[in-house]
Amino acid sequence: MSKPVVATTSLAGCFGCHMSFLDIDDRILELIELVEFNKSPINDIKKFTKKCDIGLIEGGCCNSENVHVLKDFREHCKILVSLGECAIMGGLPAMRNGIPISECLAEAYLNGPTVSMNEERILPNDPELPILTDKVYPCHEVVKIDYFLPGCPPSADLIWLTLVALITGDELQLPYEVVKFD
Amino acid sequence: MSQFVRFTIDGTECMAARGQYIVDAARENGIYIPTLCNYPGVKPKGSCRICTVRVNGRLMTACTTPIADGMAIENEIHDIVELRKSIVELLFVEGNHFCPGCEKSGNCELQALAYRFKIMVPRFPFQFPLRKIDASHPKIIKEQNRCILCKRCIRAIRDEKGRSIFAYRRRSNRVEVVVDPKLGKQLTDELAQKAMDVCPVGSILVKEKGFITPIGSRKYDHEAIGSDIENVQITKI
Repeated sequence: MSKPVVATTSLAGCFGCHMSFLDIDDRILELIELVEFNKSPINDIKKFTKKCDIGLIEGGCCNSENVHVLKDFREHCKILVSLGECAIMGGLPAMRNGIPISECLAEAYLNGPTVSMNEERILPNDPELPILTDKVYPCHEVVKIDYFLPGCPPSADLIWLTLVALITGDELQLPYEVVKFD
Repeated sequence: MSQFVRFTIDGTECMAARGQYIVDAARENGIYIPTLCNYPGVKPKGSCRICTVRVNGRLMTACTTPIADGMAIENEIHDIVELRKSIVELLFVEGNHFCPGCEKSGNCELQALAYRFKIMVPRFPFQFPLRKIDASHPKIIKEQNRCILCKRCIRAIRDEKGRSIFAYRRRSNRVEVVVDPKLGKQLTDELAQKAMDVCPVGSILVKEKGFITPIGSRKYDHEAIGSDIENVQITKI
């Protein structure tokens, strides 16, 4: 029987959730016995080469590229898991929600105290750049998400226990200390 | 009339002193009824509805309803727990509760209730309201993004004449809790610390006191809210 396939990605996140994932330490040796990785920053596979069983999503959606990648994951993965506070509620990037996007851009590129080089007062406008969304969206407000792992980052134990439960089909028993929002 | 009342909670026979509210009577019997706007020593308000129980078939707030003889109270019943969960979720989406960056994280009662109810994500869409932080007071910060309008500070923090130092301003969905501009000047260090402790969330912060407790030693890091009540051994009379 072929192994379950796992894909991961970081949208508007800081890669902290991926770092926490690697924090499962030597259990990663057990994990590669249990699963095969497809598109993921861990193995640097850039494009889906097959249908996946589990997709782990870190970060919310702050631009058109995030939305595109998230929809791609939904298409290719049977189960999608929101990993961490940013994927669940936007997290730190969502602190810009409620501030008009023009004000955010002006603060970052024109008027902020650290702006020194932009003499022509250009806002990034290359057509190659993804367009910012009006606010940062939690992943489940863009596509259907099946499971949610809160935490900033979710603890390595939480990620490990969840993956094992998804792979084996056993019911997930979470100790109190494992689920935290910070 | 007897000094004690007999009642049941989820079928368990209980007994408590007459003249107290249901939450306190339940606590005497080692049963935790979740509360949020309620605070020991402060007149109950019944505004958050987290403590809702069903008494003889009717929903009531356990923090404002006095215990009476023969009450059949339902507490840990599926539909009541679901109702409480939905209130916690509504509070999470209604404000801007960024737990990872909050000084009160780990000591926050709203967060602790979410842990207890095993809430992974709110079922409602996040509102992301635009709210301001008021750091104008010399001793405290009023972080409006996190305020759940429970009125605990308004009820508990008073000057020596009994006047509330915190107050409601505006109405309806624009209502907010502010420091009274005149009375706020009298806020002592002790009262400021008390205000921070009374606040169930991270909305009142004493300046330069954030993140003072390290992760791992905070109130709800290892023990669920209410477990102190449930773990007490009760000797049945």
